[in-house]
Amino acid sequence: MSHPGRSSAGPQRHDHAPIFAALGDKTRLALVSKLCGGQLRSISQLAQDSVLSRQAITKHLRVLESAGIVHSSRTGRESRFQFDPQPMDDLRKYLALVSEQWDQALSRLKSFVER
Amino acid sequence: MNDRIEKRIELKAPVSRVWRALTDHREFGQWFGVKPDRPFVAGQITRGPITHPGYEHLIWEVVVQKIEPERLFSFTWHPYAIDPKMDYSAETPTLVEFRLEKSASGTLLVVTESGFDNIPANRRLEAFRMNDSGWTQQMKNIERHVASGT
Repeated sequence: MSHPGRSSAGPQRHDHAPIFAALGDKTRLALVSKLCGGQLRSISQLAQDSVLSRQAITKHLRVLESAGIVHSSRTGRESRFQFDPQPMDDLRKYLALVSEQWDQALSRLKSFVER
Repeated sequence: MNDRIEKRIELKAPVSRVWRALTDHREFGQWFGVKPDRPFVAGQITRGPITHPGYEHLIWEVVVQKIEPERLFSFTWHPYAIDPKMDYSAETPTLVEFRLEKSASGTLLVVTESGFDNIPANRRLEAFRMNDSGWTQQMKNIERHVASGT
């Protein structure tokens, strides 16, 4: 028994994390969808009904963790993982922002060519 | 998650008119809000200061990719490159494509911007933070400008 309760990485910065890359994989997307309800889940729970080994699942979870999309905490010998919506929200907001700029530019184009 | 933006807009103007507004650098500058230094030529850079109030210190820059008359105009750029202290040149740019199609009412314009997965997450966050102060301010400027009828 090492640290009771929370340990491992603690609050990780996700600023530099390649979120799209982390999500650009079927297995990781499936893991995210299992976790996005918000509950803490163990590797065994997440490996259920998967053809992948626990090691493979763990590797994918670490990729998600380094992107800040999931966080892990340790209870006894077991790591448990939890979804963090923040990085994906940031991404969505960024795209919404660029999208809004296009809306504005195109409405200026519309008045420009229709006048 | 979606890594591209797509916009479709119906314009009540002939394809040739829309094409000119997109590819004549002076006309492009008028609606887009920049002052391009030279005509758009495939494979070459066009740049110039942004003309939106409050953003005149920023240089807008694109590398023209394709010019297929009255059909497709595309360029790459660094979206939201709004920090004059930052060097964005090392980042993979996004691709902007304007596709034109004749429609019943004039022209259907489809604009796509793709390649956002290559932009570092910290840049996206920075853009968002800067937007909170900068872009909101600019919107107010525009509102004032429009309201005052100048």
